Amino acid sequence: MGLLSKKDAKLITDPFADNNPITIQVLGICSALAITAELKASIVMSISVLFVLGLGNVVISLMRNIIPSKIRIIVQLIVVATLVIIVDLVLKAFAYELSKTLSVFVGLIITNCIIMGRFEAFALGNGPWRSFLDGVGNALGYAAILIIVGFFRELLGSGTLLGFKVLGDPIEKTGVYAIGYENNGFMLLSPMALIVVGIIIWVQRSRNKALIEEH
Amino acid sequence: MEHVELFFKSIFIDNMVFATFLGMCSYLAVSKKVSTAVGLGAAVIFVLAVTVPLNWLLDQYILKEGALVWLGPEYAEYDLSFLSFIMFIATIATMVQLVEIIVEKFSPSLYNSLGIFLPLIAVNCAILGGSLFMQSREIATLGLALNYGIGSGIGWFLAILAIAAIREKIRYSNVPPALRGLGITFIVTGLMAIGFMSFGGMLTGGDDAKKEDKKEVVTTEPKKDEVKKELQEANTELSRSEEDKKEIAENTKEIE
Repeated sequence: MGLLSKKDAKLITDPFADNNPITIQVLGICSALAITAELKASIVMSISVLFVLGLGNVVISLMRNIIPSKIRIIVQLIVVATLVIIVDLVLKAFAYELSKTLSVFVGLIITNCIIMGRFEAFALGNGPWRSFLDGVGNALGYAAILIIVGFFRELLGSGTLLGFKVLGDPIEKTGVYAIGYENNGFMLLSPMALIVVGIIIWVQRSRNKALIEEH
Repeated sequence: MEHVELFFKSIFIDNMVFATFLGMCSYLAVSKKVSTAVGLGAAVIFVLAVTVPLNWLLDQYILKEGALVWLGPEYAEYDLSFLSFIMFIATIATMVQLVEIIVEKFSPSLYNSLGIFLPLIAVNCAILGGSLFMQSREIATLGLALNYGIGSGIGWFLAILAIAAIREKIRYSNVPPALRGLGITFIVTGLMAIGFMSFGGMLTGGDDAKKEDKKEVVTTEPKKDEVKKELQEANTELSRSEEDKKEIAENTKEIE
């Protein structure tokens, strides 16, 4: 990593594990749960958040010295809303079907707590380059969880990945279906997203005892 | 009837937390104690009841395709709906600020209990989500929009109240260390969501289901008559058999 100093690199790698926005900071859970029934939707959502958070962090960081602290929340919301409108229009133009699946959850990136949280906690006090790295790092940490959850829900729920039938055909009984495997339709329903995230948290905290909470 | 249906639907079936995962961040962060959960829940009901109707008016008279026609016929082709995100969030942020100022002025005691939560609410996904769902579900009148706002607010309130009560109690249980806190809260919420799914059948079908019920009633009535006839016949048979028994008994006596 010749381009990044050690400190900067940490900004990107930290959110992957020990400071993950979803499982440790408890931010941005709404969208992480609602759209993860398919892997494709979770990847698109991750890219959207990466774009909004990376760019938004830079914009806020550039403006950090001229924003009056009393109205900073409204300023932040306007910046995010503008970026999200761009994302929404691009999705509608190039991936209309997908933007129907995501429905209001594209709009809800505005109130995704990761974005406001990173603005408040990082961009308001740091320069543009470091803010950009922080934004990208956190968005990637968010993407990691989304993709894990999306992977398991799509694989176990409908036996496909990105729409490809990886486990064989359930109707013609090929692949694993030949030996009596059945899709677990329950994985596609919303409650299972919560339980899958709960299990991810369980695994992560069992591996790193320092993260265990008191109660 | 329309109102009642929408009200219960928005509380139970389309519950913001359990069906659409809106407002999860504050739901998880502020649910450690019942008293604070009640404060936040009440603030959410209040703000939703104000912002959803307001955004409905905005949507209806400014943002929708052809909504600007009241300005004159030449505006009929304007479609500003791409601006709805920024308009909705600006409305919500200013309303929250306004509500904060008004409550502080007129009811200091309410401000003391709600006040600290109000700034949190501007960035609560439940509030923006309420307005966005109101738009995408095409709610027809202002009254219904108000109803939807209050209903979803109550649904959110119930959810946070329930999880706060569970978390207070779960402190005394022996949870695996790695699941303590956040992990078990996720899993409990998942189980609660499964429970709430059972409300799904409450209003589904609507008119079709009613018609089917009527048909069944019509078809069952003749069946009842048939059953009665059968019962009567059976009774008569029984009485006959009793007579037979008497005859048999008399016969046996005679033989003896």
